[in-house]
Amino acid sequence: MEKRLLPAANSLMNRARQFIPIGLLALLLGLLAWLLNRADSPIGHTHGPGETHANEVRVSRRSGKSITDTGIQWPSREKLWRTLTLADYNTRVVFAGVTALGAAGGLVGTFLLLRKRSLLSDTVSHCTLPGIALAFLIGESMGISGRSLPLLLFGATVTGVLGMMSVAAIRAKSRIKDDAALAIVLSVFFGLGIALLVVIQQLPTGNAAGLAHFIYGKAASMTAGDARLIFFASVAVALVCAALFKEFKLLCFDTDFARTQGWPTLALDLALMGLVVAVTVIGLQAVGLLLVVALLIVPAAAARFWSHRLGVTMLLASLIGAISGLVGVAASALFPKLPAGAVIVLSSVLCFSVSFFFGAKRGLLVRWLDQRRVAARVARQHLLRALYEWCESQALQHLGDPLQLLDRPVPIAELRQANHWNLARLTRLLRLGAAEGLIIWNPDSHACHLSAEGKLEARRVTRNHRLWETYLLHYADVAPQHIHHNADQIEHVIEPNIVNELEELLAGREGGALVPADPEKTTSANSDTPS
Amino acid sequence: MNSIESSHVPLVIRDLNVAYQTKVVVWDADFDAPPGKLVAIVGPNGAGKSTMLKAALGLIPIASGSVRFFGLPYEKARHRVAYVPQRETVDWDFPVSAVDVVAMGLYRRLGWCLPVRRKELDQARAALAKVGLSDYASRQISQLSGGQQQRVFLARALAQDADLYLMDEPFASVDAATERAIVDVLRELRSRGKTAVCVHHDLPTVPEYFDHVALLNMRVVSQGPVDKTFTAENLRKTYGARLTLLEEAAQAVERARVSAQHRATL
Amino acid sequence: MNWTELDTWIVITGVLVCLACALPGAFLMLNRQSMLGDGISHAVLPGLAIAFLLTHSRDILPMVVGAVVAGVLTAVLTQAVQRFGQVESGAALGVVFCGLFATGLILIRVASDRVDLDADCVLYGSIETAVVDVARVPRVALISGGLFLVNALLTVLFYKELRLAAFDPALATTLGFNADAIRLGLTLVASVTTVLAFESVGSILVIAMLVVPAATASLLTSNLSRLLVTAMLFAAASAVLGHIGAITLPGFAGRLLGHPGLGATSSAAMMAVTAGILFLLVWVFSMWRDSHGRPQRSTPT
Repeated sequence: MEKRLLPAANSLMNRARQFIPIGLLALLLGLLAWLLNRADSPIGHTHGPGETHANEVRVSRRSGKSITDTGIQWPSREKLWRTLTLADYNTRVVFAGVTALGAAGGLVGTFLLLRKRSLLSDTVSHCTLPGIALAFLIGESMGISGRSLPLLLFGATVTGVLGMMSVAAIRAKSRIKDDAALAIVLSVFFGLGIALLVVIQQLPTGNAAGLAHFIYGKAASMTAGDARLIFFASVAVALVCAALFKEFKLLCFDTDFARTQGWPTLALDLALMGLVVAVTVIGLQAVGLLLVVALLIVPAAAARFWSHRLGVTMLLASLIGAISGLVGVAASALFPKLPAGAVIVLSSVLCFSVSFFFGAKRGLLVRWLDQRRVAARVARQHLLRALYEWCESQALQHLGDPLQLLDRPVPIAELRQANHWNLARLTRLLRLGAAEGLIIWNPDSHACHLSAEGKLEARRVTRNHRLWETYLLHYADVAPQHIHHNADQIEHVIEPNIVNELEELLAGREGGALVPADPEKTTSANSDTPS
Repeated sequence: MNSIESSHVPLVIRDLNVAYQTKVVVWDADFDAPPGKLVAIVGPNGAGKSTMLKAALGLIPIASGSVRFFGLPYEKARHRVAYVPQRETVDWDFPVSAVDVVAMGLYRRLGWCLPVRRKELDQARAALAKVGLSDYASRQISQLSGGQQQRVFLARALAQDADLYLMDEPFASVDAATERAIVDVLRELRSRGKTAVCVHHDLPTVPEYFDHVALLNMRVVSQGPVDKTFTAENLRKTYGARLTLLEEAAQAVERARVSAQHRATL
Repeated sequence: MNWTELDTWIVITGVLVCLACALPGAFLMLNRQSMLGDGISHAVLPGLAIAFLLTHSRDILPMVVGAVVAGVLTAVLTQAVQRFGQVESGAALGVVFCGLFATGLILIRVASDRVDLDADCVLYGSIETAVVDVARVPRVALISGGLFLVNALLTVLFYKELRLAAFDPALATTLGFNADAIRLGLTLVASVTTVLAFESVGSILVIAMLVVPAATASLLTSNLSRLLVTAMLFAAASAVLGHIGAITLPGFAGRLLGHPGLGATSSAAMMAVTAGILFLLVWVFSMWRDSHGRPQRSTPT
């Protein structure tokens, strides 16, 4: 009996495990629903910070003549102080809510970016519009206030999920490419939303003004209840991200492998997309549906420039998101005219621009410096080898020992001719070499020679180069006439341990000579004789 | 032919058909991986080698046919099978280090939501050491060479400690050091009684590296021990009569003969 | 249903706009740049705002210039972020258009004391008001017609270059057609089309028409010239059916829901929705055809 029950229970457990991400998501949605209920509770019906501030502003006198033409009113000092010290309860809650939202957006956005689906968030956000409009219509026809936030957000969630599913279905079941699928769903759903909005505007009861907030966002008009909802929902999203960190990481890196390991990749994917919908929906009110995508895309893309570790990248992304949120809310609290959403987005785009240029790992500056360093090293090696080879050619002509001839001054003109360098480039190379103490060169003279250190380095570089040439010649099917070209490239990425290996490999063949003979010459000599 | 339900045979495929949309890629394929052997699947480009492997693992839907791992469907034998995908299938710019990737092989054993602990990291480092990458454990994967990336994938499979290893082109465009490291690992696996099935494209090395070979061109043309199966006649049937290929095959066959003699004299 | 001369002009304008968008849209789709239309339609806002602030007028020419500059800037910046920052193309586009759109919103809001311009005009331009014109032939119809003719001409002239650049950019470049330049030209055409069209019909119709008809056609044929023709057919059909839907459906639904007397809804939006419905139908048909029409297993000879 037990024996029969055990496998059954096992398989049941296995099957149950498949639904853990969905379960977590359901938990999240449940929490969301509970919060939505709370949001409507009487505590929530206090005035939003924007409203109170707006009143204050009207009282405060306008200051600063130079900016009057922009129509921006500078806040009074008292207001500035009250806002920045978070003196009002409402301000505090709104700050906390939007900051948490930014952080959650950064976390989910990093996974989305690594899944290469950033623009899905754009589609999802546009898809929420028909949901909002439908919820409003249904609410009105059922006698509930069409502007009840829980109802509208519920509608937004439903069509957001529907849009996401449509993208997934088109991707899976047709030849349509990803980007086209996104654009199709986006435009059709948004079109439906606008068609419904136009209808709503004609309703006798319907005043669509409240709905417009969802398009552009209005952080300032948020009530404490709304802000609390945003805060707790963001925390829930962050918790799910943390709990499924390992699973999402594997999903984003190697989906096929995850599937062979028995992870329910489809469910995980849906869970991730569910988080995207969640962030979008809770961000609608603060940032607006046209810009909520920025919360998911920009901080993650910015953080990517700073680290090669996923955990660090995610923390940075959430930090950037949080700071942007903070800046946006502060700006819109101080300047009621400024749209909070746009300021949030602009500050994160600013972070992105800074990261783009100065990011420590993938930033433009760092990569440019790296490139220059490699180029300089390549040029230096090239010069040293050229000097060495010239001395060697003298040794061959005069049948001397090349090592003794390294002291000889090398005529600049011959060096130029042998390597097709122009004078400016050669002069620069020589100056650099002299600065490093590898070459002794007087700018006025027509010759230069290697220093003691330069001799050693030139020998090492030339040897390294010829080892590669020989290696390629003997081990790979590379035509001898190409070998010079290839070796020049490979030697610049060579690691020291491989060089050692090559030395051992080739020491026997080449008779243990410190610098093996130039293989190009030996092969051409060989190929001449048999024919 | 082994019985499909036989529990000691690592992999049995019967009458496998796979189609992309309406285009059939694998046609009535029968395949057996004998236990404790190194098996190569060779065939021309587009012959369905990788597809057969992926279909067996359930990554691509099967049109018809049956696949058994140790006598069981894949879902039940998953813990005994390790898969090494082609290197190109993932984004090597991904922000993870080599040891992170190897630890991914242990996720399933960890289970849901639990984070990677020191114990798993130690296991992952041990697997990296086996492929000679101890010094590269904390490097970001884009800073590894192609061969090293391939070895990271191999280490991930080793960390799983499976009984059957399925590898998709492990030798594709890797350096000599990596090729040697992979061969060493394969032989070590065999010495411990494990089985490895590799999709392979380099005909000349087949007799040197593998014990068994399956020649595939949409269907399995022939399979069996290398010295019996890897013949010019079978290769011609698999690759057609193209001149260069025949030449290459002839060389490979010659080498196979020599190495067989060599083995016989030992 | 009361069909007036106004409706005729709306349909004519709609058809012309849809046709004008479908042509560059097909190539955008082949280049996997479908989301660019959406990106541009957001990103032109600062261009409009700056043109407005500089000229203090809502003349069409400065607005179009500003918008086209912003549109091209979007494409160029996206390319730059993608290439130099090694950012995935979708994310690059997202960063750029979000940044530009936010800038535009702030500019408009800051300047709104002096100017009468709001972001809605970008989003919900409407054919209905645009065709109410003093002239016999509405200006938008002329603009859309011209736009369509120019796009058709460009498509015919550069057909083989566009096809090559979409199919194999590397080959195109080695053959002496700079694929980047061709793509930039395509982007330019798409920006001008987007801007001119949504000045009159609203951005949503443009975004939809840039991709949906082409995608619908691609489900039926893989031959490029047939694809273009089919896409144009679907575009025109969406325009006609969309307008009919816009003037009939709200009244019908209103009677059902107890709100009689509802007028027409936005024709542009309904044209987008109709295009989506057509896509859905064709998609279902193509799935049915794939599973029944052809044998699942062809026997090798």
